[in-house]
Amino acid sequence: MKSFVIFALITLALLTFGLYQALVAAPTEATMGDVQRIFYYHLPSAIIAFLCFFANFGASVYYLAKRCPKSDAVAVATAEVGIVFCTVVLITGPLWARPVWGIWWTWDARLTSTLVLWLIYVSYLLLRRYSAAGQNPVLCAVLAIFGAVDVVFVYMSIRWFRTQHPAPVFGGGENSGIDPRMAHAVYWNLLAFSAMALLVIWLRYRLERLRQQVDEAHATRAIAGGSR
Amino acid sequence: MNWVYVAYAAAWAIHIVYFITLTRGYQRVRRDMEDLNRQ
Amino acid sequence: MATSAMSIPPSANSGRKGEGPTFSDVLRATLAKDLRLEWRSKEAINSMLFFALLVVVIFSFAFDLTAEESRRIAGGLMWVALLFAAVVALNQTWARELRNQALDAYRISPAPPEALFLAKTIGNFIFVILLEALMAPLFVIFYNLRSVGPPYQLALAFVLGTWALVSNGTFFAAMSIRTRSREVMLPLLLFPISIPALLAMVSATSTVLTGEGDAHLSLVFLAVYDVVFTIVGLFLFETVLHAE
Repeated sequence: MKSFVIFALITLALLTFGLYQALVAAPTEATMGDVQRIFYYHLPSAIIAFLCFFANFGASVYYLAKRCPKSDAVAVATAEVGIVFCTVVLITGPLWARPVWGIWWTWDARLTSTLVLWLIYVSYLLLRRYSAAGQNPVLCAVLAIFGAVDVVFVYMSIRWFRTQHPAPVFGGGENSGIDPRMAHAVYWNLLAFSAMALLVIWLRYRLERLRQQVDEAHATRAIAGGSR
Repeated sequence: MNWVYVAYAAAWAIHIVYFITLTRGYQRVRRDMEDLNRQ
Repeated sequence: MATSAMSIPPSANSGRKGEGPTFSDVLRATLAKDLRLEWRSKEAINSMLFFALLVVVIFSFAFDLTAEESRRIAGGLMWVALLFAAVVALNQTWARELRNQALDAYRISPAPPEALFLAKTIGNFIFVILLEALMAPLFVIFYNLRSVGPPYQLALAFVLGTWALVSNGTFFAAMSIRTRSREVMLPLLLFPISIPALLAMVSATSTVLTGEGDAHLSLVFLAVYDVVFTIVGLFLFETVLHAE
């Protein structure tokens, strides 16, 4: 418990520092102005969302192989946290696009892929909620595998078959010749949000484990009560 | 600059909502465990 | 109602006694049973046809299109109509199994589950292709269509695209059949996963209909999509069938 509190405090500190980096330390972008600062939340969230879904894939495969309830708990936790970060990406994206390019949405490969990814994992959660208790983890793990395989196709298909909406050029602010202070802002926020993601995933994991134990207790009690 | 504040606030709002969902979940589980122990 | 697993006589094993029905036996028997049932009742085909027709007509009223516009979006419209119609059919074929508790019989029988999956997929594929054959003339008439590009590409797009929808659809229908609100669950699961295939199908169809560009890439993409997801489906079907 103590290490948890320490970790939480460190995370809080990192997040605050990240905020400072994003709002103050990083220079104002030349072409886009201050709005570009949204990027410092947008990109780290996208990276973390993908990592979460990757972890979900791993946990799902492991669950199907070993049927270990811990890996099922990890799968649920990473899926939910992944969706949270994915939602942040989908909200900050348009909020950035609107003032800069005048449009809320653009069907470019990255943003659209993120939307489809979001849809897939929301359907994962719906399956979780609506399937019978016993089959739940197995069906979800199978869906997760389908989803993960699909992601590759999603990105390629949007790049190749959506020709009307080329990606708006994120002029100079991203990869090439980036101001090192901007890179710092990205890295610090990435670190901070990763720490936060791990924290929240762990919390969700614990919750799921507790629920599993409660369900098990109910089940044993039902069996014991029935055999009397 | 306003857009930045809105975007950041929205991001945090989403995280906070999820966190609240988690706390509610914990409360429910604690209640279930108490019920089980009482039986 | 007899399931195909029970309707296979032991002698169908050609000498391999006590080993249970072979893959192709189950495949053939299940497929024959499904086709026969559908031919007698015409449940799925009727509801599919009606649904697809409805979608087409509503779209025609919802959008006021010039001839050029129609030709460009006809591909997309067709696939949307098919998607919805296919979902109707898919729910029905599995619901039929559930009604007669045939699913439980499959689970305890030694029949390879992959054969069941393949049989169901092929059966659904035949139904949907039949539907497309019925719908195509309507589309040609309503939207004044004409294949500007090579027509074999159009045929290929339909075959590959339909297989993509049907194979994933059959799999997810099997998954959602035992969930609550199962009719809603199938489209919820199927649509996001099918988005890449949908993009490719529409791209291929529109390219051939308008004659602009080459449908080659989309067709190859669809073929790869089909192969990958059919394999994944075959691999994981047993898991889904025995999930309890």
